[in-house]
Amino acid sequence: MSGHDASGHLHVSPESKAPYAADVLEKLYADAAEVVARYPQKRSALLPLLHLVQSVDGYVTGRGVSFCAEVLDLTEAEVSGVATFYTQYKRHPNGEYTVGVCTNTLCAIMGGDLIFDRVSEHLGIGHDETTEDGKITLERVECNAACDYAPVVMANWEFFDNQTPESTIGLVEDLRAGKDVAPTRGAAKVCTFKEVSRVLAGFHDGRGDEGVGAGPASLLGLKIANENGWVAPSSNGSGRSDGSGATSDGKGSK
Amino acid sequence: MTDTLTPILTKFWDDPQSWTLATYERHDGYKALKKALDMEPQAIIDAVKDSSIRGRGGAGFPTGMKWSFMSPPDGGPRYLVVNADESEPGTCKDVPLMMANPHSLIEGVAISSYAIGCEHAFIYLRGEVVHVYRRLLRAVEEARAAGYLGDNVGGKGVKVDITVHAGAGAYICGEETALLDSLEGRRGQPRLKPPFPGAAGLYARPTSVNNVESIASVPGIILEGADWFKGMGTEKSTGFGIFSLSGHVTNPGQFEAPLGITMRELIELAGGMRGGKKLKFWTPGGSSTPIFTDEHLDVPLDFDSVAAAGSMLGTRALQVFDETVSVVRAVARWTDFYAHESCGKCTPCREGTWWLRQIMDRIENGQGTQDDIDKLVDICDNILGRSFCALGDAATSPITSAVKYFREEFEAGMHTPAHELFPPENSVLFPVQTKESSGMVSA
Repeated sequence: MSGHDASGHLHVSPESKAPYAADVLEKLYADAAEVVARYPQKRSALLPLLHLVQSVDGYVTGRGVSFCAEVLDLTEAEVSGVATFYTQYKRHPNGEYTVGVCTNTLCAIMGGDLIFDRVSEHLGIGHDETTEDGKITLERVECNAACDYAPVVMANWEFFDNQTPESTIGLVEDLRAGKDVAPTRGAAKVCTFKEVSRVLAGFHDGRGDEGVGAGPASLLGLKIANENGWVAPSSNGSGRSDGSGATSDGKGSK
Repeated sequence: MTDTLTPILTKFWDDPQSWTLATYERHDGYKALKKALDMEPQAIIDAVKDSSIRGRGGAGFPTGMKWSFMSPPDGGPRYLVVNADESEPGTCKDVPLMMANPHSLIEGVAISSYAIGCEHAFIYLRGEVVHVYRRLLRAVEEARAAGYLGDNVGGKGVKVDITVHAGAGAYICGEETALLDSLEGRRGQPRLKPPFPGAAGLYARPTSVNNVESIASVPGIILEGADWFKGMGTEKSTGFGIFSLSGHVTNPGQFEAPLGITMRELIELAGGMRGGKKLKFWTPGGSSTPIFTDEHLDVPLDFDSVAAAGSMLGTRALQVFDETVSVVRAVARWTDFYAHESCGKCTPCREGTWWLRQIMDRIENGQGTQDDIDKLVDICDNILGRSFCALGDAATSPITSAVKYFREEFEAGMHTPAHELFPPENSVLFPVQTKESSGMVSA
């Protein structure tokens, strides 16, 4: 989070203040109106609008801050104060893909530290740095709620489970080569940072039905229950039609 | 006697398209909503109260009681806000639930909103799980198209809609009042309580903030009845929950079981410890809950038994570490986390975590001083109960509990680095080539 990072200030380059092209601005206003309409009070739109700015600029630009301030009747200081609090808002141009290695305790110990070190050495960049080709921003990330798949790596906030140094180096190489890369649990391919930022602003990209429902670790308890015929108790007649636990999909032992 | 595992929310996660409305309806989805709409709102609150379900987000406050503590209707808006900011280290139950079965949450929101008089509910999802966000957006679309959300829910003239909101990376937003500030477009910092959200929450209106799994459990309670729910679990920790095993077990994973199952049973279901190694320490409910050791394998994992044994059930985030792991390294990394995530609002947490981090760093590197352990414990004592919210308290839990059970490892940190005592390559889950392990692996 902000406040403790070495780079705890906004790097505002001249181009980050250059005005938006008229057509870009028109689209931004239209999108922003849609975002604002989702909330009873417009300031609630600020987090999604900052994601929206990143979907256009690839980071939180000075002009993006001004845009949010104008749309929401806030001061630029108020917008910046929020933008600098959250780790997903970038203060300098982000790579096309953020590759985040979980180095919170559990993943770190299961191999995350080693993965981070090897990938960092391979790419020649450290935490929150971007490769010269602008493709990969490497990060250490905090626990991403997939501990049963440790060590975990996130690429643009899609899950790459049970990683090794080799698999993550393969991942960054494929991303740099422009190949489509499929996460373990997620969309059919990892979208770009700007595309994902647009989704996070609440604009659905139609990929919700892609990918699996659950990975093997998520299903382990269910599988064991099915093998043993273990079910939740039924409620004496009323309620669910399949309370007996006889599974319609014929899942048996083995 | 109930079965060892009771798949309810996880029951059809293995269906090829488990997240769709069609699948959910095939598994009795939205039947509970139809039943609820024929009930008086108060009857729903009473059923949830009667089930004695305690919040599944960590604190374990009774859900029905939280609802009934909301200020009475005054004609103005009332809000339900679902806390889907799952970020507690080790916790990984809500994210797979929303990925595989988002409609259980949507139906729960519809029923709960009707019960408390909310017409516009929010799901605050952490921003770092984009596919889960897609699944929730899609589920809301489907539910709206089917008339389960909107201006005339179930044709009964009931109004409920949901905005799914993505956060932007801040652990503190899991704290309910910080979450509300964040949802209002501010820095996510906790609010002074009282007033509690039930009196003045989102936009200063009466608000209930509930965990994903709590709300997703509501349809079952309505459809099957409070007695069905109470038929599982223990007297004071009723019902079921998802237990998340991670780390050095043979097969990590999710296990939906009645509250009160033991760690010994769960580790056996997970295929035992990796490579037959010995268990060293584990967290019952995430990194914020004091660690346990092999002494605690038979503690029933319910709210009161875990508390009586000196920890907290928390989010049932069972992180398992075997004998290869340095407890000092593990705790040092958690301390880094709390220092990184401290929001900066109050002094004990902001300054205290910064000092704790430096001392843990020294000890991990074998450079601890004679009085470092006492200093650690003393600083923890000054943070615990004196910080603005539970984050500060949480930062002290791993340290004080680890010193209690493994003081000699902290003492060793006065002369020997953790990575010499416990070579990190012995703990990783993939083979490490010795050539690289010498210089690369440093904690």
